[in-house]
Amino acid sequence: MEKPILQIENLTTSFKIKDKYYMAVDHVSFSVSENEIVAVVGESGCGKSALALSIMRLHNNQRTKIEGEIKYRERNIVTISEGQMNQIRGKEIGIIFQEPLTALNPLMTVGDQIEENLTFHTKLSKEKKRLRTIELLTQVGIPSPTRTYDQFPHELSGGMRQRVMISIAIACNPSLVIADEPTTALDVTIQAQILELLKSIQKETKMGIILITHDLSVVAEVADRVIVMYAGQVVEMGTVKQIFTKPLHPYTRSLLKSIPSQATNKKRLHVIDGMVPSIVNMNRESCRFSPRIPWIPCNAHEESPELHEVAPDHWVRCTCYKHFYFKGLQRGEITNGIT
Amino acid sequence: MGLLKIDDLKVHFPIRGGFFRTIVDYVKAVDGVSFELNEGETYGLVGESGSGKSTTGKAVVKLNDATSGRILFEGQDLSKLSFGQMKPFRKDIQMIFQDPYSSLNPKKRVVDIIAEPLRNYERLSVGEEKKMIQKYLDKVGLSPDSMYKYPHEFSGGQRQRIGIARALTLKPKLIIADEPVSALDVSVQAQVLNFLQDLQEEFKLTYLFIGHDLGVIRHICDRMGVMYRGRLVEEGISEEIYENPQHIYTKRLIASIPDLNHEMREKKTNLRKRVAKEYEQNHSKYFDDLGRAYDLKPISNTHRVALR
Amino acid sequence: MWKFILRRFFVMIPQLFILSLIVFALAKQMPGDALTGISMDPRISPERIYELREKAGLNDPWYEQYGRWISGIIHGDFGKSYTHKIPVTEVIAERIWNTVFLALITLILTYLFAIPMGILSGRYNDTWIDKIVTGYNYLGFATPLFIFALIMLFVFGFSVGWFPTGGSVSSKVDAQTFEYYVSKLHHVILPALSTALIATVGTVQYLRNEIIDNKFKDYTRTARSKGIPDNKIYTRHILRNSLLPIAAFLGYEITGLVGGTVIIETIFSYPGVGQLFISSIGLRDFSVVTAIVMMLGFATLLGTLLSDIILSLVDPRVRVE
Repeated sequence: MEKPILQIENLTTSFKIKDKYYMAVDHVSFSVSENEIVAVVGESGCGKSALALSIMRLHNNQRTKIEGEIKYRERNIVTISEGQMNQIRGKEIGIIFQEPLTALNPLMTVGDQIEENLTFHTKLSKEKKRLRTIELLTQVGIPSPTRTYDQFPHELSGGMRQRVMISIAIACNPSLVIADEPTTALDVTIQAQILELLKSIQKETKMGIILITHDLSVVAEVADRVIVMYAGQVVEMGTVKQIFTKPLHPYTRSLLKSIPSQATNKKRLHVIDGMVPSIVNMNRESCRFSPRIPWIPCNAHEESPELHEVAPDHWVRCTCYKHFYFKGLQRGEITNGIT
Repeated sequence: MGLLKIDDLKVHFPIRGGFFRTIVDYVKAVDGVSFELNEGETYGLVGESGSGKSTTGKAVVKLNDATSGRILFEGQDLSKLSFGQMKPFRKDIQMIFQDPYSSLNPKKRVVDIIAEPLRNYERLSVGEEKKMIQKYLDKVGLSPDSMYKYPHEFSGGQRQRIGIARALTLKPKLIIADEPVSALDVSVQAQVLNFLQDLQEEFKLTYLFIGHDLGVIRHICDRMGVMYRGRLVEEGISEEIYENPQHIYTKRLIASIPDLNHEMREKKTNLRKRVAKEYEQNHSKYFDDLGRAYDLKPISNTHRVALR
Repeated sequence: MWKFILRRFFVMIPQLFILSLIVFALAKQMPGDALTGISMDPRISPERIYELREKAGLNDPWYEQYGRWISGIIHGDFGKSYTHKIPVTEVIAERIWNTVFLALITLILTYLFAIPMGILSGRYNDTWIDKIVTGYNYLGFATPLFIFALIMLFVFGFSVGWFPTGGSVSSKVDAQTFEYYVSKLHHVILPALSTALIATVGTVQYLRNEIIDNKFKDYTRTARSKGIPDNKIYTRHILRNSLLPIAAFLGYEITGLVGGTVIIETIFSYPGVGQLFISSIGLRDFSVVTAIVMMLGFATLLGTLLSDIILSLVDPRVRVE
């Protein structure tokens, strides 16, 4: 067992909406070890991006409350000062954002933006920084690094920009990288290249990766462990093998079933009834997925659902998975449950 | 006889430069594309950003002007028609857009959004119009009282349905769906895809489905064309293309699709490496000296490939 | 770059041509001409006036008059002022430097107020400091310049007596001495300050909104994810991006100032082009009026050109080869 780099205990992130706080991330616990890719998967509004930003403490702190523990190498970074946190951001933990065009400063050259990271965390001389930056650009597979060094973000293609984004994240050899939907804005061929790149960097540096994505097939391709989130909570957690060969939670199963693939050719796809609840008005007491599987009887759900370890390292929330079955769909009727 | 026949379509955008802003070159967004849509089928155009797939779709509804070539809709060449002459055909050809957030006017109520095309073509009394809109809202699975709401009150999937309802009111024959599910979550995507199929059956629609997600395209399309840099590199029945891709670019695309089966990882990686190698080594087999794909040649009755 | 500027100059030619036509037509539409004054004089016979009109070319068809006028302008000759009896160019040249000086000081003061205020209220938005600045902004937007200028003149010119109430320099000092320049500055401060205090609010508001906007942009989040301290994020990232549209607006700001001097110079009896403009209208000295309008029009076009040049210099996205 590799030693854990990051241990999250009961992390709760609440956003202030009209003077009241609402939990977007609700008592989430998991850990990430060296050389491991942990994927956090779920649909928009499930709290996965809020989770990523909480780890880096990048939320607007006037409107956000973070509770629980985020232990980076045994040190709780929830309570440390902003100045101490700045020593962790970029140096110990790097982050890759989804949209590389808006995530890069349009007025700064690529080289300057990567070097910035080195300026604040190393004592390298100007020339050394330049060399390191060019080395990084080479490492992420940019064909003419010396030229790109002086280019501006708008002069690069989407895939190249994402490579620049990656080199910013890994500039100081962090031991953990959070990749927040790193391939969503990219074409499939580029997506495959970027995922490959992340894996190859990991091989060299042994960093841990938290991969935030909505795309289950991306998870199947690269992840070691998977965390499925729904409505701010972890609903299922396990190894990639467990999740893809023996998914248990109704949400995981429904998601997997709704993906179009060669097997579904022209057939009807599985549809999940209803909608993801908003954080403002959701019932936090009972099983949060129960409104979307109304044909499962109430007594199948737990009163206040907990995570149960159903197999070593395989956790599922609520007991409803034991009673879950897919409702038969009749062709022609639109059974989407939307009013 | 096909409903829509596109024959050697070219859409070139001028690049201006120099002192007098004269045209110095062209961006060949679409450069000689030909394919045909039969009535009632779904034809997929797939490719990466910048491949010209959207430009092709927009050229059919004249959102882009065709530089040359013919766009035959029921035998009539649309490319030569003026904006005004297009009017009767606009009724038959409707478009659905990718982003359900920006393609609906936020200051209009749903009733006005859906009725807009109707008001352009038909004179209906207020009561008739209301009835009609209710009927279509019902068809797309939205409640009648959503009529007086504004787009921001709906979720992404619901907005996409409003867009679809608007496209349906004029009883079109052909719908051009430009990445209709790309901005949606998987479960919502499933709803919209199912629903596009139901509507197809009910209204005998023909779809030109533009997308970049090969899983979706495979799921919904009978036939498809793969576009690369403004050219079709492979075209035919979807099954055949997926099972037996001939062009290196198609192979690359298909190899890039992430696999839901995690045990295939190794195999996939090796396959990608193999394809990438072949791409480098046999470039001239697939592209001419200018890097342009060759013209399509039939390899069977239902499968054409751009090979030398 | 030079190509771009040159091309913009070429585009200005038709614009100036159209402006000249409008100016000329308006001047012709105005009741009376330079000879209207003396034609009231009973000692001068109508024949003599006709003769004078004929001599001055005022009886020719409009296009001939226009042709003469425009070809004169192209050769740098705006005609002769009827009241000053010297070439228009000389009349304007006497005063133009006063106006340029006033505009320059105003511009400097405007940004001197705007940039710190905008930064403070943008960075600390919704705090008491932001509320003070925003409050000042509302006052500034609501106060008409000419009323504010009159109050300033009354308070600081007449009541307190810190600043002179008219002219551009004291008559007691000799030209080219140090005292002369001090006196010039002393005369310009009150009008410049009055304009700047009002004109600054637009820029303050703009800068404030830009900063708040940029604060929540994705690239700022990226910068924070690198562990850069807050202060540095402002100086390195947010400010540069927020000042960009302000810098680009500089040209238009100049344009606005040129128009503003007309009012302010009249109120402060400051002998500049603006004051000359108003007095020339009163005297029906149309050759001066048209020359000034043409000049202001040209300045406006130059201002917009300046804005475009600045933008292309500071924003790599619109940089021209």
